[in-house]
Amino acid sequence: MSGEAIVAAYVFILAIFVGFEVVSKVPSTLHTPLMSGANAIHGIVIVGAMLVASAIPGPLGTVLGFLAVVLGTANVVGGFVVTDRMLAMFKQRPVRKRE
Amino acid sequence: MTVETLIPVAYLIAAVTFILGLKGLSSPTTAVQGNRIAAAGMLIAVIATFFAADVNGGVPLILAGVAVGGVAGFAGARMVKMTAMPQMVALFNGAGGGAAALVAILEFARQRELGVLEVGASLATLLALIIGAVSFSGSAVAFGKLQGLITPKAFRYGGQQLVTGGIAAATALLSLVLLAGAFGGSFAIEPMLLIAVITLLALAFGVALVMPIGGADMPVVISLLNAYTGLAVAMAGFTLNNQLLIVAGTLVGASGTILTRLMSKAMNRSLGNVLFGAFGAATTAGPAGPTAGDDGRSIRSIGPEDAAILLSYAQNVIVVPGYGLAVAQAQHGVRELADLLESRGISVKYAIHPVAGRMPGHMNVLLAEANVPYDKLFDMDQINPEFQRADVALVIGANDVTNPAARSNPGSPIYGMPILDVDKAQNIIVIKRSMKPGFAGIDNDLYLDPKTAMLFGDAKDAVGKVVQELKKTA
Repeated sequence: MSGEAIVAAYVFILAIFVGFEVVSKVPSTLHTPLMSGANAIHGIVIVGAMLVASAIPGPLGTVLGFLAVVLGTANVVGGFVVTDRMLAMFKQRPVRKRE
Repeated sequence: MTVETLIPVAYLIAAVTFILGLKGLSSPTTAVQGNRIAAAGMLIAVIATFFAADVNGGVPLILAGVAVGGVAGFAGARMVKMTAMPQMVALFNGAGGGAAALVAILEFARQRELGVLEVGASLATLLALIIGAVSFSGSAVAFGKLQGLITPKAFRYGGQQLVTGGIAAATALLSLVLLAGAFGGSFAIEPMLLIAVITLLALAFGVALVMPIGGADMPVVISLLNAYTGLAVAMAGFTLNNQLLIVAGTLVGASGTILTRLMSKAMNRSLGNVLFGAFGAATTAGPAGPTAGDDGRSIRSIGPEDAAILLSYAQNVIVVPGYGLAVAQAQHGVRELADLLESRGISVKYAIHPVAGRMPGHMNVLLAEANVPYDKLFDMDQINPEFQRADVALVIGANDVTNPAARSNPGSPIYGMPILDVDKAQNIIVIKRSMKPGFAGIDNDLYLDPKTAMLFGDAKDAVGKVVQELKKTA
């Protein structure tokens, strides 16, 4: 295994532990925001899409690169915005006044 | 030091913000901030990437893609109704999976042009491609089912498992051919053609995987697809040798895995059973009318005024909401009812079964939207000991998760499924449209319990009438 690959493997394994540790502390009340928040986080694939967007010259490569960026951005923006919207609803006391 | 050397630092910061973001979700009070921190980290990573050498002439293309995707994502996220949240999540999930698959294809083509294909990186690329494509098409089908575009029922045909297995085997075989070529340095078949065929097979596999799964099993499927996309992104990280993608993808993979396990457990079924088992197919008993039970016990039907009286004399009330409540849009009415009872000094709590709704935690979001304070929402383990102290358990649109047969009748298809101990309450009011059995297709013994009173009607109407009656007695 190359040096780079082994470092990547370390990062992968440690991230598994961190992920399980952090996520297992999320209460069931917040499982839907957890899912949409995690959804937004895997939108990081946008970075990968940017890096390969113009890797292949020619129309097919350009179209695929463009699509990758579109999908990645929709994932990031949509994921974070919808999570924010949802979390704003979790309040301890109702804001609406009772008549 | 040039700008480019700072890019890995920006990625490191982003990775930390993602962990902080998930950590924030451990409490509703810190969750909003956590999510915003993660979003800021994402922005930092994206801005830094513009300075990467690999982007070179691609900036206009990227900006165009960001504009289109950004508008679509923002509009979708702002407009979606909370009841439609599962399909929205499926959509974003599919988008991420699709992006990961496209990144894999482009990176493979690039490595092929440069002649640097080797077996390790190709394996990661293939995994990113296959898992990403499965997640893409699987999420699309899940979206269609949740949105009602295609039948939400389990779609099954003869030889189904053979077909699904065949697609999987063909995908694996072609992948091995590709890897062998990468290992030997020469390809018997043009590798880009192989990649194209593998992509199509993986897309077909995603469809074949989700089509046979029924609507009520969606909490498991959505969680699983979430884990898949995370894993696909992590694999794309291996391909690109990008640590940030590995960390972020793996975190999501862990989250999806935990949720998948929790959801399967809450239904007392293995993941394999959800994916390949025909649940309820053998036991679709005909709907029984509101008549006598087999052993002479009968169903007691009451009107809204009786329900109001029963509730007004209670001290402790536990509301048990199910998906039927969300379908009827009764959550606001329920909150009004709870407010009325509380203004008279009656304690009201909500018992939430893990699979109430169409995705993990869905019921909590729906009630939060109706301004129900989250400290009144209790999960199954917290609330079950309290049912015996409850004067009234008010079941609205929930069925199988309240069926005592899961505890007592080893012959029942849902035997062993963790349920809410509604039958331990002093009185039980069940608001239900008809005596139609729930998703599992079995009759609910709870309805024959002498303590149970059935209030037949649409959840929203029925709750509204009870509220009217309660106001009269004020």
